[in-house]
Amino acid sequence: MGLPAVQISHLRKTYGPLVAVDDVSLSVAEGEIFGILGPNGAGKTTTVECTIGLRNADSGTVRLLGLDPRTERDQIREIVGVQLQTGAQPGKQRVGEIIEEYQSFYREPADVGELVEVLGLGPKRGDYYKTLSGGQRQRLSVALALIGRPKVAVLDEMTTGLDPQARRDTWELIEGIRRRGVTIVLVTHFMEEAERLCDRVALIDSGRVVALDTPAALAERARGGKTVRFLPSAPFDDRLLTGLPEVTGLEHAGQHVVVTGTGELVNAVILALHAAGLTARDVQLDSSNLEDAFVKLTGSHLHAEGAAA
Amino acid sequence: MNAIALARSRLAWPRRLPLPGTAQGAAFGKIVLNEARLARRSPMPIIGSIGLPVVLMIIFGEIPSSSQVVSTLGGLTLFDVYLPIIMVLGLTMLTLLGLPGPLVSYRELGVLRRLSTTPVPPSWLLAAQVVVQLGGALTGLLIVNVVSVIAFGAADPKSPAGLALSCLLAIAGLFALGLLIAAVAPTSGSVNAISRLALIPLMFFAGLWLPRPLMPQILQDISNYTPLGTAVEAIQDAMQTGFPPARPLLVLAAYAVVFGFAARRFFRWE
Repeated sequence: MGLPAVQISHLRKTYGPLVAVDDVSLSVAEGEIFGILGPNGAGKTTTVECTIGLRNADSGTVRLLGLDPRTERDQIREIVGVQLQTGAQPGKQRVGEIIEEYQSFYREPADVGELVEVLGLGPKRGDYYKTLSGGQRQRLSVALALIGRPKVAVLDEMTTGLDPQARRDTWELIEGIRRRGVTIVLVTHFMEEAERLCDRVALIDSGRVVALDTPAALAERARGGKTVRFLPSAPFDDRLLTGLPEVTGLEHAGQHVVVTGTGELVNAVILALHAAGLTARDVQLDSSNLEDAFVKLTGSHLHAEGAAA
Repeated sequence: MNAIALARSRLAWPRRLPLPGTAQGAAFGKIVLNEARLARRSPMPIIGSIGLPVVLMIIFGEIPSSSQVVSTLGGLTLFDVYLPIIMVLGLTMLTLLGLPGPLVSYRELGVLRRLSTTPVPPSWLLAAQVVVQLGGALTGLLIVNVVSVIAFGAADPKSPAGLALSCLLAIAGLFALGLLIAAVAPTSGSVNAISRLALIPLMFFAGLWLPRPLMPQILQDISNYTPLGTAVEAIQDAMQTGFPPARPLLVLAAYAVVFGFAARRFFRWE
């Protein structure tokens, strides 16, 4: 693995008595989609603002492709595309005019026509900003973040306020951008988004990283394992499955069997059944999700803090 | 590593000067073009600052008595006296409405903040707005002067250089005031409130309701040191007498400097 695209060590930022970011350390690899997840006020946006040089941290170090956002802000602005959580454009500016203006700011920009097509803004190119729907405004904002062909794109609450269809469209778009080799830092409080898009996720709460892992691993950790529920083609001896290293528990629920365990649980169960000449129907993987992980991890975090005090 | 090396090898754009013929100049030109389009699409300030003076001038020009020399006006006609007032009124409408309005709305919308994440500093948007409004101001002054000479037979100014200098200093002082309003006004709505409030005393001392020669001495003295009163004085002198004296020019320059520094000091980008 090369140098990280983003390296944050012990970042701290306060606004007067308010500690926005207490102690955040994380590292984002080049080409990764990295999620920063947490409740409102957890310090996500402040972390990002310090990373791109919009704010100066009180302490800690930040490097973005090796550049220091305090002293090398000008270089950073050329290689980072930013989508801010809030922000609008003048109502009587046309979509194409806005994108072309931003295009002129960069040395090797993307093609406006191509970008508006990819973002589904082609038919809207000649329309005033004020006529755009929320989803279209959001996509325009993403377009402005990408027009400079950034090495790193920072997208803050990209799909907040979008309807489910627009949200899914935007996710597809982000996956497409990653395929072009852009590193993406995604700030969100939307669990499904992080699960769907992110290679790794940092859970931030009260200005600290409480967990950092892949979405699946975080969910599994929260659950203490996974659960597979299925209907066997014939009854079988429980020991067929309880003997497997992946399996930690087994119970019967009517004719269904519920197996809990870790690792490649589904594969292990299906293969063992198959070896015994059985099949499993109606297989359901109980997807404990990031949401569960979040509640569990932030809950225990808060508890630990209370105990320390 | 490649990306890092690339990022380091690129010189950062000089952040202050968008020189013509460079990529930065092209970017600045693009911003100016967009600001001009936006001004055209919300034309009320431009109409107010060009249309209103022209209409006023036509009204004064058509009043028969306004072309008669009046002894209490120092031997000038009413039209002569009102021409500088009308010119200054146009500039004032522009600087109080046209200049701060868009800038404050850009701050409200987050456009300035958004720009500060790009290689282009948000101050360029401010500069572009000044360029566009300056174009409007000069156009307005030109129209008023050309119409006054062609349609109403106004005499050519005694000192064209003095007139140009007076107008430029008046524009500088008023634009600095407009930027100061943009700096302190928290919302677009408050720009209108502040501007309306400021407009009345400013225009009073310019002589809109009572021309300066008719003011009691004490009001004239005050007027000499108000931004618009002194602008009218300088322009009047340049048109009727000759190159204006130092005092009104210096007062205008002082306003430009003081308001300009205050605007710079108090301007918030987000």
